[in-house]
Amino acid sequence: MNAPNSFRTGPDDNGHFGLFGGRFVAETLMPLILDLETAYNEAKADPAYKAEMDAGLKHYVGRPSPLYYAERLTEHLRAGAAPGMGAKIYFKREELNHTGSHKVNNVLGQILLARRMGKKRIIAETGAGQHGVATATLCARYGLECVVYMGAVDVARQAPNVFRMKMLGASVVPVQSGSKTLKDAMNEALRDWVTNVSDTFYCIGTVAGPHPYPAMVRDFQSIIGTETREQMLEMEGRLPDSLIACIGGGSNAMGLFHPFLDDPSVRIFGVEAAGHGIPSGQHAASLTGGRPGVLHGNRTYLLMDGDGQIAEAHSISAGLDYPGIGPEHSWLHDTGRATYISATDDEALAAFQLVAKLEGIIPALEPAHALAKVADLAPTLPEDHLMVVNLSGRGDKDIPQVADILGTSL
Amino acid sequence: MSTRIETRFKACATEGRAALVTFVTAGDPDFDTSLALLKALPAAGADIIEFGVPFTDPMADGPAIQAAGLRALAAGQTLAKTLAMVKTFREGDNTTPVVLMGYYNPVYVYGVERFLNDAKAAGVDGLVVVDLPPEEDEELCLPALAAGLDFIRLATPTTDDKRLPAVLKHTAGFVYYVSITGITGMAQADPTAVGTAVTRIKRHTALPVAVGFGVKTPESAAAIAANADGVVVGSALIDALRATLDSENRATPATLPAVTDLVGRLADAVRGVRRQAAE
Repeated sequence: MNAPNSFRTGPDDNGHFGLFGGRFVAETLMPLILDLETAYNEAKADPAYKAEMDAGLKHYVGRPSPLYYAERLTEHLRAGAAPGMGAKIYFKREELNHTGSHKVNNVLGQILLARRMGKKRIIAETGAGQHGVATATLCARYGLECVVYMGAVDVARQAPNVFRMKMLGASVVPVQSGSKTLKDAMNEALRDWVTNVSDTFYCIGTVAGPHPYPAMVRDFQSIIGTETREQMLEMEGRLPDSLIACIGGGSNAMGLFHPFLDDPSVRIFGVEAAGHGIPSGQHAASLTGGRPGVLHGNRTYLLMDGDGQIAEAHSISAGLDYPGIGPEHSWLHDTGRATYISATDDEALAAFQLVAKLEGIIPALEPAHALAKVADLAPTLPEDHLMVVNLSGRGDKDIPQVADILGTSL
Repeated sequence: MSTRIETRFKACATEGRAALVTFVTAGDPDFDTSLALLKALPAAGADIIEFGVPFTDPMADGPAIQAAGLRALAAGQTLAKTLAMVKTFREGDNTTPVVLMGYYNPVYVYGVERFLNDAKAAGVDGLVVVDLPPEEDEELCLPALAAGLDFIRLATPTTDDKRLPAVLKHTAGFVYYVSITGITGMAQADPTAVGTAVTRIKRHTALPVAVGFGVKTPESAAAIAANADGVVVGSALIDALRATLDSENRATPATLPAVTDLVGRLADAVRGVRRQAAE
């Protein structure tokens, strides 16, 4: 495929990123997503909306999040590298946001939009619970009804976040259908939306779903990359040489990547969850192990069988346990602009512990996948190579699960 | 040459009644039972058969049809087997229209061109693909029409007069009016609201309008039949089927009669409602 003049102009008017994206939804939802598109375009052009966003990001979310030089991790990886090798590693500290992850950036944007549209009831799907917590938080802040759909398997393995959402006043609905994880939560949220069309706003948590969600969520998350760009210029006087982020649906990654897509010197790595390993078939790596298909309103790479039936993903991380990926990532993959690799459960678990010990930061299991690949890549790159990893969430929610895996009873 | 769908709606109109459209999921609970059921539906009173193509993630369906799809998939149903069932059915019935209803991904993965060839060859008359709105017509709708298969569009309570022409533009065979905002088999359709909606749609199209989602009993089918050219019943048939399965979801001797009995009662109800004979 020939490289386009810009990687930052998509999607087209019909929501397509090349082959990917689109609006594959039931007719009942079509008028709703067209209304949403109109409302979003109006909001984008309204200085009052931007001012409200900026104020919320600063005073409520706590932005900008720091760009932090991970000195001990850098030194540790250089110790195992050839002389002169070992990239300089920076963390984009999204885990310091209010609610503990990048998810709140997007939720703030969507909730302010829902308010403009006069919607009183917010629904959301969640995997790890980070998007659910962020949605419940903003709904509490603005006095909106909040219903969060969460796969029953995830409810069990992310108990702290379930409790958080309930504390914040949200209803958490455990989804018992299908594989009882994120994809099923999304099915159930879509079923709710089809049923409650007049008063309900569907706050999607990632860069997936029907147009305009992938572009809209990307726009809200692009604050991550925009800040990183300014901060790196200030700290190092130049752009980073590489970016790396974990990918379930891919919103934290897209937020970091998008402002750099037209800077050819910046290498971009997305890290999918390889679960028990790609050959095992038990993984969540849609680009590495999937094919293009249509699910949840968009065409994208999916894990599925030969009959087009969606496969159950597997990852230690509930936030990455999804058999698809945002359509713009599929396009960046096919165009070659970004490189997609994968990390196994075990690699993520090791990185989780390494970064806790070396940096005093307990990452969520999701960014632990990116950190695992930092540990692989950094030693192969020269010392003056500037690498930014998106530390998209904090690991508090994972403590009970990791303790269990490591054989510690709390 | 008239299509089977046109011919059947005309015949029902001549009889002064609505058509009964029955939905069952292909391969539920297993290939042989499902094929036997397919063959038995016309004699039981079905005028048009909607045959559900199972999908793991049916976002517009309620629990009954979700579970039916999973039972079928667990029993090994595939799109290729569904087409084979229609082909076998056609060997004994060349008049009852068969419409495949489902989601786009299995068709997309099968390959659109190959699917249309095979579906046409098997004797499929039309397609209802829930997640292909007019905005995605180039995917399957236009190729299907070119291949001589009717692409039957869903119109819903959220489809307003401004949008309706776009929805109807490439619709063929009939219009499927979704009588509720919601998923299959949950809320009960309001006959008065449905009557108003059907009248509204008919201002925009000469095609027959069938009404589904939320028609559960012979009584509600009769109420809808007074105001529509067709009445679609799905979840209620699936519920009747499920109630006869054993603890491991296997068919029992009661399975087939349970469904055909209900189809018979629905057909009696629909046929009991006289409508003004249409030309």
